[in-house]
Amino acid sequence: MSSTHHVTTESKPVRLLLIAAAAFILGLFLLLPLVAVFAEALRRGWELFLASLKEEEAWSAVKLTLMAAGLSVPLNTLFGLSAAWLVTKFRFRGRAFLLSLIDLPFAVSPVIAGLVWVLLFGAHGWFGPWLAEHDIRIIFALPGIVIATVFVTFPFVARELIPLMESQGSDQEEAAVTLGAGGWRIFRSVTLPSIKWGLMYGVLLCNARAMGEFGAVSVVSGHIRGETNTLPLHIEVLYNEYQFSAAFACATILALLALVTLGIKSLVEHLSGHSSNGRH
Amino acid sequence: MSITIRSIHKTFGSYKALEDVSLDVPDGSLTALLGPSGSGKTTLLRIVAGLEFADDGPGKVLFHGEDVSGVPAGKRGVGFVFQHYALFKHMTVGENIGFGLTTLPRSNRPKKAEIGDRVRELLKLVKLEGLEKRRPHELSGGQRQRVALARALAIKPKVLLLDEPFGALDAQVRKDLRRWLRIFHDEIGLTTLFVTHDQEEALELADQVVVMRNARIEQVGSPQEIYDQPRSPFVYEFLGNVNKVALNEDSNQYIRPHEIEVCFAAEHDPASGRLAKIQHLFSAGPVATLTVRLDDGQFLDVELSRKQLDDLALDVGDEISLKLGSAAP
Repeated sequence: MSSTHHVTTESKPVRLLLIAAAAFILGLFLLLPLVAVFAEALRRGWELFLASLKEEEAWSAVKLTLMAAGLSVPLNTLFGLSAAWLVTKFRFRGRAFLLSLIDLPFAVSPVIAGLVWVLLFGAHGWFGPWLAEHDIRIIFALPGIVIATVFVTFPFVARELIPLMESQGSDQEEAAVTLGAGGWRIFRSVTLPSIKWGLMYGVLLCNARAMGEFGAVSVVSGHIRGETNTLPLHIEVLYNEYQFSAAFACATILALLALVTLGIKSLVEHLSGHSSNGRH
Repeated sequence: MSITIRSIHKTFGSYKALEDVSLDVPDGSLTALLGPSGSGKTTLLRIVAGLEFADDGPGKVLFHGEDVSGVPAGKRGVGFVFQHYALFKHMTVGENIGFGLTTLPRSNRPKKAEIGDRVRELLKLVKLEGLEKRRPHELSGGQRQRVALARALAIKPKVLLLDEPFGALDAQVRKDLRRWLRIFHDEIGLTTLFVTHDQEEALELADQVVVMRNARIEQVGSPQEIYDQPRSPFVYEFLGNVNKVALNEDSNQYIRPHEIEVCFAAEHDPASGRLAKIQHLFSAGPVATLTVRLDDGQFLDVELSRKQLDDLALDVGDEISLKLGSAAP
């Protein structure tokens, strides 16, 4: 046995077998679908692919998706930061309950997450008549889509920050307090710089999910073509109408968004010295 | 500036951290809060700093006679050095030290260049010239400790508070830094209160030692008073280096190893001495330590000079007679 042989290393056939199994599963479940999306989209040629993307309804879906994500991600960044700050820097009654409440959107089915809002704000819902009187549209309109997206993506930022802030403790903040810094100054120059990579990572995940959300948004949107269809909903409509190439063409936009997100995520991890977060 | 603490109570839920604690820290003194973990010493320090507030009641903290109980930490003018230093990780050493000056209200905030001068002045004071641009993770434990000290001093505090200042350092650095801190304190003359669980550190460094136990103050005095006249068995035992000799079921005698007189068994006088057998002998260094077994089976440590050991020509297994002196509490 050579002196460089490591005690935890398996024999060569076992290693090869494990690597092959991992590569096979990665290829089958992760790489193949991605390739299939692009292959299917381009099957009838570039012309059709580009034509599908140029269509007005597709564009309005893209715009709506960007708008929904553009509104819900900043909101959840704010909520997530506040929630993480609250549960990690303070000890109070009901803290454990609040912690599990933050996870609720992960636990319930997105369909239910959508139905709740219909129940509250729909035409026959609790606040429906009042909303109708004042001519405010929430369900089957942009506000409903944003509310549903906010609900579903709420835990991403908070969940990313809580363990990080928990492990850092409040020593640095306390030091800043004794040096005369006020709350905002402490947040800006002590807390934020030490959580910035975790925060960015949470925001990216939140954004990825916000753009891809289907279930909850599907319930509240009402599927009005060119008006309340987000990109995932639009793809489903096209698919159900057997417009496979168009459906896959739109799917490539979502896939590209996902790839960009992954790229930025890797960059963030690289810049932050990746292992410090040590997750995923 | 003197610190006066009056009838402080502090509870965390149902846990009593401090019970009716009063203490005077004289102006310019170096005072140690000494006690085992859970005795309330850190809580007391944090209450003085304003990082924690005492329970409602008559409890008060006064700086130079002025009640500061309601004054927030940032306005009390305390320099606080945390146990693990709590340096701002993403800032340079210079930015860390200058932080307290940049938080001042715009009207009396020094100009950038002045802050820079002050930072360099402080770095010189703590003997870290030239490390201004380093980051905390590039420094050794002792260096970080001194950066934390410089950062606390930058705001020209009225009192300096240190939580386990040497707790996270290894033995040699600890000793050097301890000596340095004593000299440093004598030079700047700032009223200083520090927390420690190391009796040697407290006795060696402080002018005044406050022994704490179970949320209360057990004894206050100069290191010599505390060592020579411990007021309770707890203080005796906590200061360490002491033999506890059971006289009967409920009374003990405390005697320090060097206070025991050793003679030959042949000279034994049953009225004043106890017979014992040497179990172990440790004689590296100027002082020899014997572990002996009394006739009733109790073990004691006895210290004597190397010369005395050589004169008596003692060895493991020898019978000796010990004079334990009069019974102390």
